[in-house]
Amino acid sequence: MKLVLTEDQRELRGAVRSFLASVSPLSAVRRAAESGIGHDPEVYRRLNGELGLAGLIIPEEYGGAGAGYAELAVVLEETGAALLPGPFLATTFAAILLTEVADKELLPGIAAGTTVATVALDGDRALNGVEADVILAIDGARVRAVRGGDRTPLTTLDPTRRQARVELGPGEEIASSEAAVARARDLFAVAVAAEQLGVLRASLDAIVAYAKVRVTFGRLIGSYQGVKHRLADMHCKLEQAESIVRHAAWAADEAPGELPMAAALAQAYVGRACFEVARDNLLLHGGIGFTWEHDAHLYYKRAKADEVLLGPSRTHRARLAELLEL
Amino acid sequence: MDLDEYRLRARAWLEANVTGAEVEGASDTGGVTAAKTFMARLYDAGYSGITWPREWGGQGLTQAEERVFAGEAKDFTLPTYVFSIGLGMCGPTLVDLGTPEQKARHLRPLLRGEEIWCQLFSEPGAGSDVAALQTRATPAEDGWVVNGQKVWTSVAQHASFGLLLTRTDVDVPKHKGLSMFIVDMRAPGVTVRPLRDMTGRSHFNEIFFDDVHIPAENLIGQVNDGWSCAVTTLLHERLSISSGVGMGGQKDNPVAFESLRHTVDTADPVVKDQLVELYIRSRALALFNQRLSQETKAGIFPGARGSAAKLLLAELTMFQADLATSLVGPEAVAYEDDGGPAESIALAPAMSLGGGTNEIMRNIVGDRVLNLPPEPRMDKSVPFRDLKVSGGSSA
Repeated sequence: MKLVLTEDQRELRGAVRSFLASVSPLSAVRRAAESGIGHDPEVYRRLNGELGLAGLIIPEEYGGAGAGYAELAVVLEETGAALLPGPFLATTFAAILLTEVADKELLPGIAAGTTVATVALDGDRALNGVEADVILAIDGARVRAVRGGDRTPLTTLDPTRRQARVELGPGEEIASSEAAVARARDLFAVAVAAEQLGVLRASLDAIVAYAKVRVTFGRLIGSYQGVKHRLADMHCKLEQAESIVRHAAWAADEAPGELPMAAALAQAYVGRACFEVARDNLLLHGGIGFTWEHDAHLYYKRAKADEVLLGPSRTHRARLAELLEL
Repeated sequence: MDLDEYRLRARAWLEANVTGAEVEGASDTGGVTAAKTFMARLYDAGYSGITWPREWGGQGLTQAEERVFAGEAKDFTLPTYVFSIGLGMCGPTLVDLGTPEQKARHLRPLLRGEEIWCQLFSEPGAGSDVAALQTRATPAEDGWVVNGQKVWTSVAQHASFGLLLTRTDVDVPKHKGLSMFIVDMRAPGVTVRPLRDMTGRSHFNEIFFDDVHIPAENLIGQVNDGWSCAVTTLLHERLSISSGVGMGGQKDNPVAFESLRHTVDTADPVVKDQLVELYIRSRALALFNQRLSQETKAGIFPGARGSAAKLLLAELTMFQADLATSLVGPEAVAYEDDGGPAESIALAPAMSLGGGTNEIMRNIVGDRVLNLPPEPRMDKSVPFRDLKVSGGSSA
């Protein structure tokens, strides 16, 4: 079991973090979110070109980097912490699913960053469904690729990531495999948990920084136990969430038998922990946290949207119960 | 040897050597002879003092191996309770701060289970605020004379030696007038009295010192530098509690997930979901502890993050006992021979209090992990004799 990042993984984290800090700070995130397509194509061109992130987990034979889920988790933690707008997670879902079913047609385009793809998660709803060139529809064991269809943009809670209502035509069936689809769903859970870990960490960092500069009643607010103790509890959640995400990514790479349980645990724990920390970040900021100008609500909204993205928490807990044979 | 191999070997040794027979009578109130015999076997097998230097009888390995062994030992019931204070706190303090003579005299007998140690910090007026302690050590011929009272002292009734924190100067602020000593628990003037706790048993003692003489060579560190020595001990304490070092284990803990799932009705959806919650919390903490082990192996010292692990363990212990009694229902309050939910809920508060309360752990995580600003303190610059303390005047 590997729960600690390697030197290479720390370097990858540093590279993605500094890249996003320079090209996609929160001021740019806000501009992109309000733009026509909801993200900055130039950021994506460099993200996929210089850093090669679109093809990170895609096997080398399809033009990807052939990296593992431990690396993908590192990257998603950073894109989550930066609230990177646009279809990065959506295309990652598609890359996961297509890699599991060994599809040769679409993977090279995704790896090259020229194809934007997404997955219709519950039949008629998809992240970045309007922008996507291809929507993958899962119907039981069957996976279809649909290029057309009716796509209606939704106005959602989280302004930093768009969703669409999609009515898909028949498209083209590209695979039928119960095992591959089941594993892909677990891998989606790991991917979202990694992003949630980033949102959690960024939320905690924000309120810890504020607690060191904001003064009330003649004291820095971080010196009050009423604040300090809540921040300590938030730190405990971060420690456990990171441990669970590293474990789930390790299971995805090296212990397929442990993946279902690790993935369900990741969604059940990290999703909730992420929302609670993002919520407390907002609340501990006081009134300023409720304003549009402050960034706390962006994390709060992403955290809630992510928490329910793959189904309400009861579904992950029910899955755990089933796997534990309770 | 990599950690997985180490784990397998430790597991094999435990399976071969911990049969249950050695536990008979080796409870915290008796059976000390059996516990000492087992400890000697543990020492011979190389599982005593895993992180301690080889020259003093240890194995010279890292905390990673120690945590691995402790993790495996959790599945067994080890009769090592009476040694837990010595192994987890007093010994590591001597390793860090003791003189060569002190190390040569004390460390090997401790590891071999020949001598039991206790820790003498807390007092009736100094719990969380241990630096407010009032037990006095005054210079005398060839050493010091000690007067005062200590409390919450585990295993003192069996102990040969104690790690004693005293006040040696009342004219300086409280943290600057403390000194640490090794005290012979059989010395004239030491009185050990069992303290009956809420479980009805005596896990602790209170200790009275009446003109107890301590030789000069028993000083640890420098005179009036006892606070930094105590911080070293407390750091070891939190790490040892969170990782379970020297704590042995409790096989088939009746309120843990694996046991509870067989004793409650999991067909009930509410019960099922509550068990899932217990699983989530238990697994989250177990993975955090494993990550701390791996980080240690990779050269990242957990430091104050051990306090986060200790806090989480305290909360899990309370949650688990609370949940178990609630799930079992009216039957839960009847004591069972093997320590059922009633025993667990009665004992659960101990983990949230001993080794630093949950509130103190949160202060430590806030101050030393998150580097939050400290609370304003009025007690740091005032001479101890002018300070308001609980339990009478300070001077």
